[in-house]
Amino acid sequence: MTDLSPTPAVRLHGLTKSYGRGATVLRGIDLEIAQGEFFTLLGPSGSGKTTTLRLIGGFELPDTGQIHLGEADVTTLPPYRRNVNTMFQDYALFPHMTLLDNVAYGMKVRGVARAERMERARAALDMVHLAAVADRKPTQLSGGQRQRVALARALVNKPALILLDEPLGALDLKLRREMQVELKRIQKQTGITFVYVTHDQEEALSMSDRIAVFSEGVIEQVGTPADLYERPASAFVARFIGSSSILHENGRDILLRPEDVRLEAPDYTPAPHERSMAGTIAEVSYLGPVTRVTLCGPDEQDGVTAIVPSRHARGWRERMAVVAVWPEEAAYPLPHRQG
Amino acid sequence: MKHARNPAADMTIWAAAIAVLGFLLLPLVIVLLYAFDASSVQVWPIRALSLRWFAATWADEEVRSALLVSLEVAGLATLLATVLGTLAALGMNGLSTRSMQAGSFLLTLPIALPGVLTGIAMNSFFSLLDIPFNFITLVIAHTTFCMVIIFNNVMARLRRLPPSLREAAQDMGATPWHGFITITLPLLAGSVMSGMLLAFALSFDEVIVSTFTAGSETTLPLWIFGAIRLGQHMPEVNVVVFAVIAITILPIIAGQKLAASASREH
Repeated sequence: MTDLSPTPAVRLHGLTKSYGRGATVLRGIDLEIAQGEFFTLLGPSGSGKTTTLRLIGGFELPDTGQIHLGEADVTTLPPYRRNVNTMFQDYALFPHMTLLDNVAYGMKVRGVARAERMERARAALDMVHLAAVADRKPTQLSGGQRQRVALARALVNKPALILLDEPLGALDLKLRREMQVELKRIQKQTGITFVYVTHDQEEALSMSDRIAVFSEGVIEQVGTPADLYERPASAFVARFIGSSSILHENGRDILLRPEDVRLEAPDYTPAPHERSMAGTIAEVSYLGPVTRVTLCGPDEQDGVTAIVPSRHARGWRERMAVVAVWPEEAAYPLPHRQG
Repeated sequence: MKHARNPAADMTIWAAAIAVLGFLLLPLVIVLLYAFDASSVQVWPIRALSLRWFAATWADEEVRSALLVSLEVAGLATLLATVLGTLAALGMNGLSTRSMQAGSFLLTLPIALPGVLTGIAMNSFFSLLDIPFNFITLVIAHTTFCMVIIFNNVMARLRRLPPSLREAAQDMGATPWHGFITITLPLLAGSVMSGMLLAFALSFDEVIVSTFTAGSETTLPLWIFGAIRLGQHMPEVNVVVFAVIAITILPIIAGQKLAASASREH
């Protein structure tokens, strides 16, 4: 029987990595990334996502495990023999070269004729709207512009894979939003597989086809943004992605998203398909369109957070007695931890 | 940020600054003026200005040969030191912080120790090996401290070069060697050049180490030293000092300009 699914762009098998004196960074990473995917490695700092990216790029060697790019085992190949380009966190533009020469560098190294490489470099700069300043040096650019040059420099070599190491980290919020849209557009347009590292869950949800959530050197869950948000595999994923309340019932953890919870007066009688919890309001935070209300349960252990439209929340004050109400199907029992 | 101004305090600070600068620079100015003194005995105030001692000094065979020796020693020592100092910095940059500190300390000793010690050490070392003192020992001795200047300059630049630049070159297909030639080396060029200019200036007016290692060779500073000790040729000494200042100050200014523009580049 022939396997109809195409070879994945990246296949990681059993990767481990530790640095001297037993600081273990990766404890066994298995992952497949499909051709043309926008794939995000998401996790808090120190969770191993950047190390995984550096292993794929060839900047570090794993202690054990294999890395395949397409069909080829590249585990021990140096970066210059991998068909992969990286967009570095600090952009790593060469300060003594013009933007055009920066973008053309990879082609020059590989012996592409001058006329062709200049034409392709210009086209790549044009794609990120910087063709007009092609003859400037990187120091004459703003942070956002440098970041786009770094992207053009990675794209122009038409690699099988582009690695992006928190590329938007240094930008302000507005520019960040613009670049998220821009990156996604360019990824779709070129069809190149993107592997994107970030610790920003909102960014990951809005851009990715699939996401791997890292925690302490292992992958907690791999899935689409909706998988992770609606069906988290663990309490860690539930807490890391979006905000959540976790209730304990009969030894199980029940996840409740705050947007599914509403607040009613203490005398409210729940409908048959509804669940409820009485409590007192511990905190009210006005966030503009919505207001976040945190509730203490009767035993002061379980807390529930509700996010309600601000115009429905005008009456709520701290220390008021209320009832939190949610539809039965909104409560999601988290799977038991294996092992 | 602007502080409230206190005129009395301002005046005091200006007066102190001018006094310190005067203390540092006035002797230099006086020597420079004496170079134009027409008289053969220095008496203040200068009675007549003339360029006659410039002509006389230029015609003096001893001065001319000393100048040539100084230029040759400084040039050769700077070239040798550039190769050795740059290689040392590149090699040490890859080491752990602790080994790097130890290496830098050992390498910097010739400049940190009093010149007399370096001079004596060199002297007994060459004597021990039965190497006659001549032009070559002089160049070797000067190379030791010139190398420190280059090493420090290049090291400072290397530390400020983000490792991601080297990685980016390899990421785009350059072998480590190719990346070094096309990225690292051009970025070091400015600091190597400024180091070379400073090293040249340092070697050109060095006296102490030269005294112990020159043998029968006479550099310009050694000639000045000898002339002052014997109290002869004083008008010529003033002219030579004038020339030494001119020759050393230009590379120092150029070196600082280069270093400043190199640090602006990143």
